[in-house]
Amino acid sequence: MNHWIIAPVVLPAVLAPFIVLAARYHIGIQRTFSVAGVLALMAIALGLVVQVSDGSILLYQLSHWAAPFGIVLVGDRLSTMMVLLTVVLALFVLLYAIGSGWDNRGRHFHALFQFQLMGILGAFLTGDLFNLFVFFEVLLIASYGLMIHAGGNARLKAGVQYVLFNLVGSTLFLFALGSIYAETGTLNMADLANRVTLIGAEETVGIRVAAVLLLLVFAIKAAVVPLHFWLPSSYAEAPAPVAALFAIMTKVGAYAIIRVYTMIFPPDLQATAGLHDLWLLPAALVSLAIGMVGVLAARRLDRLVAFSVIGSMGMVMVAISLFTPAGIAAALYYIVHSTLAGAALFLISDLVRTGRANLELTPQPPFGGLALTAGLFFAGAIAMAGLPPLSGFLGKLLVLDAAIGSDLVVWIWVIVLVSSLIGIVGFARAGSMVFWKSHGEAASEVASAMTRPAVLSYVAAGGLISLLVANTVFAGQMHAYTTTMAAELFAPQPYISTVVDTPGKLSKPKEGL
Amino acid sequence: MELLVATAIGIMTAGGLYLVLRLRTFPVILGMSLLTYAVNVFLFASGRLTVGAPPILRDGVTTYTDPLPQALVLTAIVISFGMTAVVVMIALGAFLGADDDHVDDQPDTADTKPEGKA
Repeated sequence: MNHWIIAPVVLPAVLAPFIVLAARYHIGIQRTFSVAGVLALMAIALGLVVQVSDGSILLYQLSHWAAPFGIVLVGDRLSTMMVLLTVVLALFVLLYAIGSGWDNRGRHFHALFQFQLMGILGAFLTGDLFNLFVFFEVLLIASYGLMIHAGGNARLKAGVQYVLFNLVGSTLFLFALGSIYAETGTLNMADLANRVTLIGAEETVGIRVAAVLLLLVFAIKAAVVPLHFWLPSSYAEAPAPVAALFAIMTKVGAYAIIRVYTMIFPPDLQATAGLHDLWLLPAALVSLAIGMVGVLAARRLDRLVAFSVIGSMGMVMVAISLFTPAGIAAALYYIVHSTLAGAALFLISDLVRTGRANLELTPQPPFGGLALTAGLFFAGAIAMAGLPPLSGFLGKLLVLDAAIGSDLVVWIWVIVLVSSLIGIVGFARAGSMVFWKSHGEAASEVASAMTRPAVLSYVAAGGLISLLVANTVFAGQMHAYTTTMAAELFAPQPYISTVVDTPGKLSKPKEGL
Repeated sequence: MELLVATAIGIMTAGGLYLVLRLRTFPVILGMSLLTYAVNVFLFASGRLTVGAPPILRDGVTTYTDPLPQALVLTAIVISFGMTAVVVMIALGAFLGADDDHVDDQPDTADTKPEGKA
């Protein structure tokens, strides 16, 4: 058994207490260990991606207990790609936090950051629904701490809303898990996939309720309208590096939907047929529209970025809710793009805040590093709004292409294109207000005395933008990879048989449960 | 017994939902606690209600309690306990800092109203 797959969970779990206990008062040591930890994670994640690139499934049985009884970690193409994406994002976010000094404005940033990584990576790797709940809680409780990092009344207030909303979501998750366990007697994803098909046509009430509850929980995480209300305030009020890291958290919800609704409740399953196309697709289209309208209506730059995250999640969910291999492949390509673009924009809005009194979209005097920040914002906005030449355009094209053949194809095309136009206008308005109109204002002594952002901050934000460029240049390879991934998701039998049939302790007596 | 447990879960969920929809943080936190109690009992019942049987599965045993929901409930209790502590601390910080314990954002003009109607 290959032990590397548990390293992305164990390494941050060991590193975080070490940072708290041994390096509490030394920000330099904290930074060193945090960056070293993320670099090691990146090496491990790359190794995992290479291992599964031939289509093999990595299985890790904790304490060697066999699958339906013990907890398993499973790595396939999808989960290892999400792990790699998370770690790459974490590295740039961490560099930004160090460069801008955000990590030193409150206590325990690096420890919470490592715990957050542990939760996210665990959620991507686990093969057990209850374990998924536990990792959700780990990432949430770390995110509560990060969200109110550096304090302030507005941030604490947004933090209360964020925590309460997520507590309700967690309770709903437990209700869903309880119903699933009551109906099937297992919570292992692969085992569930086998057992759900055995449920007779007349006994599907319970499992359908459970499937809808589970979809609701993941939709809360993915901020699908009308369950998106927690996102704008909390992302706008959170410290910028934290908001940038949170860009991956909505994708955890999207990942869970892809995983559960291709493997356990696939679209052709009799019991839950008609569930996603009836509800998920319209909700995703409304999210896309509301997100982009919010971009146009926002009066502050950070809220604008938060709404653009909702819009891009709407786009991801449109592609997912088609539930075709082409749709999932487009969604996975767009997930990579949207994570990088959202995070880059949060970091750039913090670069703006460094030189300005606030982030209101009003003309204000020029600030230090204006030209470079404006250039980065321009690139980030092009990516997020989905204009050529960056990957947002390609991703949108893939989604539109995948939508041909759907019943709602006209709606999808109209809403995607019109909302893109609205988004472009919103970003153009914000950019011209913040960057161009500033030249009309007289620079006061206060403004000219303001510091330029540190070089490392630019490296971090620019690094994310250059990854977007790479995602565009290598779009062919990337899309080919996500297409194989989608094919693998729609033929989950190797995954299921690897998990269920690998022997371990307690695997022989199958009767009794 | 099934009726009793089901009614208890229903009443606690209803009460919890009502309290969660209140304006101020304290009732909302109480509502969250009620909801977690409800979900804990619900999880417990998801392994079927069995009276007087041990949660041990061995060869030759015909009546037993499903042990897994008990482990799940234990995890859920610990997590919800920790989460409640966290939310109490954050809410207390927000209240002491801003002297306002509304859960939702108040419109700027509504400061003078005794019960915000936002």
